[in-house]
Amino acid sequence: MTTHNHDHPNPYHESDRDEATNKAMAERVDKMEALLLEKGLVSQGALDKLADIYENDLGPMNGAKVVARAWVDPDFKKRLLEDATSAIAELGFGGLQGEHMVAKENTSDVHNVVVCTLCSCYPWPVLGLPPNWYKSFAYRSKVVVEPREVLKEFGTNLPDDVEVRVWDSSAEIRYLVIPERPKGTENLNESELAEIIERDAMIGVTKVSAP
Amino acid sequence: MNNIHDMGGFTQFGPIPRETNEPVFHAEWEKKVFAMNIATLAFLGPVDRARHAVECLNTIEYLNSSYYQRWLRGVEIMGKDLGYLSDEEIATGKAINHKETPHPPPDAAMIEGLSRGGVPADRDDGKTPAYNVGDKVRVRVLESKGHSRATNYVKGKVGEITHFNGSHVLPDSHAHDLGENAQPLYTVRFEAKTLWGENVDRKDCVYIDLWEDYLESA
Repeated sequence: MTTHNHDHPNPYHESDRDEATNKAMAERVDKMEALLLEKGLVSQGALDKLADIYENDLGPMNGAKVVARAWVDPDFKKRLLEDATSAIAELGFGGLQGEHMVAKENTSDVHNVVVCTLCSCYPWPVLGLPPNWYKSFAYRSKVVVEPREVLKEFGTNLPDDVEVRVWDSSAEIRYLVIPERPKGTENLNESELAEIIERDAMIGVTKVSAP
Repeated sequence: MNNIHDMGGFTQFGPIPRETNEPVFHAEWEKKVFAMNIATLAFLGPVDRARHAVECLNTIEYLNSSYYQRWLRGVEIMGKDLGYLSDEEIATGKAINHKETPHPPPDAAMIEGLSRGGVPADRDDGKTPAYNVGDKVRVRVLESKGHSRATNYVKGKVGEITHFNGSHVLPDSHAHDLGENAQPLYTVRFEAKTLWGENVDRKDCVYIDLWEDYLESA
């Protein structure tokens, strides 16, 4: 079961759909799938492979490895900031919706946060498919105009003198935020660091906390 | 396309719906819609056409649909526009007519290759950019009946070019079978005060990627 931190049903939140809607959608989708297969527009093998890759293989654990490497290896961080696509490829990640990567580093002076106001573009190879909140109208619309209010919703309160930079992914460039390494993690190794780096911090709505 | 998908700047959609331990897909049908969208790009693509299809939804329908409901509508719209699907076929799930496909559908290995290799949008065409980093530019106010990635909230506003990204395929033409028309793509920084007025925090800003055709000197 998933839990929600909001009190009211949200009409465009997938988990709040009623069973009747889900059943009707399942029937409609099954018809479309049968039609596409019959017409030779898709193969079953391709459909199964896509579901498998994006449900099981790709996810924020990839991005966490990139960030952890950047935290422990200054030369890698330099390469990541100069040419993120190539640096990320060093760790074996890349491909669809990550063809043109750019990494932005959060510091005590600058806080970066990523959105796609027009649809929901997202760096699939390093973060997987986006969470519902990233695709929500509330986030897409508001973060460009009231970024500090949005960050507060995620429990991230920034001092007034920090510059907030919002990156709207309007082209095929995809953005990855390198969060600040928290104090108290000096004794953690690279793989232990990767464990504490959460998805939302790599989108830029939260900070990483020490364990 | 002037529609509600271009929603940057609205503030009244309510709290951001967050979820703990969120699954990648919330229902099997969502997974199927995701897969059929990517798989059919071989015939219905490019991705610019897929984005445009969703932008063409009736405004009220767009707002009342979930993400993957909109993606399913996108496949329906593209399939019909390109002559592969009819309303009756979509309603019944049974093929009536058959439009020849130019090649067999991608198999699992080709999908693996697509996922690993991606579809790069940059083109090494040697075009000299008209603007330099540091230049001030204004986003042209152009009505677009078709696909565009210039957001309304930056139109008419002046920003500063912070990065030149080389030439990239122009979605405005690529979505409509009018060629790639690759041209310089810039990252442009807009101060929050420029976008939203004097009452906003001085230190905030928005960066957005814009093609040369979207811009004029300021």
